[in-house]
Amino acid sequence: MTRTATSPLQITTPSDREVAMTRVFDAPRRLVFEAWTRPDLVKRWLGVRGGWSLAVCEIDLEVGGRYRYVWQGPQGQEMGMGGVFKEIMPPERLVVTEKFDESWYPGEAINTTVLTEHAGKTTMTLTMRYASKEARDAVLATPMATGMSESFDTLAGVLATLA
Amino acid sequence: MATARLDATFAALADPTRRAILARLTLGDASVTDLAKPFAMSQPAISKHLKVLERAGLVSRGRDAQKRPCRLEAAPLAEADGWLDAYRGFWEESYERLDGVLAKMKADEKKRARPKRHGDRR
Repeated sequence: MTRTATSPLQITTPSDREVAMTRVFDAPRRLVFEAWTRPDLVKRWLGVRGGWSLAVCEIDLEVGGRYRYVWQGPQGQEMGMGGVFKEIMPPERLVVTEKFDESWYPGEAINTTVLTEHAGKTTMTLTMRYASKEARDAVLATPMATGMSESFDTLAGVLATLA
Repeated sequence: MATARLDATFAALADPTRRAILARLTLGDASVTDLAKPFAMSQPAISKHLKVLERAGLVSRGRDAQKRPCRLEAAPLAEADGWLDAYRGFWEESYERLDGVLAKMKADEKKRARPKRHGDRR
């Protein structure tokens, strides 16, 4: 339950329609690019948490090619999403569209990943642009609600030990 | 952890509109007008939700008599196990795993490169 206070992940909102994330990785950018675009590697990290796994991961890495992800939860729940590659410039830039099967925000998002390298470390900036401000706000708000129910469980456990 | 305060926090958090208001305030202070915009709700209805959040100590109001901007008060939320971090948490945990994947890739590359350094080129 403890979480380190100094988080290397920065989340900002550069405009009304965007969310941007910046994170440094201790690896050259060609490896980071590979880890984002090779299915066998993506399956090992993206959204893999709390009993969830990335059960389906298909990537057709060419401009106009599609990608498709389906996550599976511990109770057999499924969450699917996918999109189309708009720009592919290894190892520095990737632009894809993104849409969830059962989307809770209107329209499609456009995700732009930019990788810069310095002294063997890579700075990744992922900018997610939504169709509207409302869509962007929904994205930021909804996972909080789901995260909260988990926290309630955790907290209930803690309170039980105090009682 | 004061139980009464925790009860107030959770009661305030039990409503989706109030959670959405808090989500908006994580991005910065906002006026009631700003907060009401994304909702199909009147400003008085939003003000009612804000009162609940204020009573729970989750939101404070600025002194500016005209706008009285709303501000998120983080302390009670930290007590409620930092659920505001859920969005961040998804990505943080993903990226921590990615760190591991990259470390493995680097190690594998080194392993493959090592024979070359000893003149074992093919």
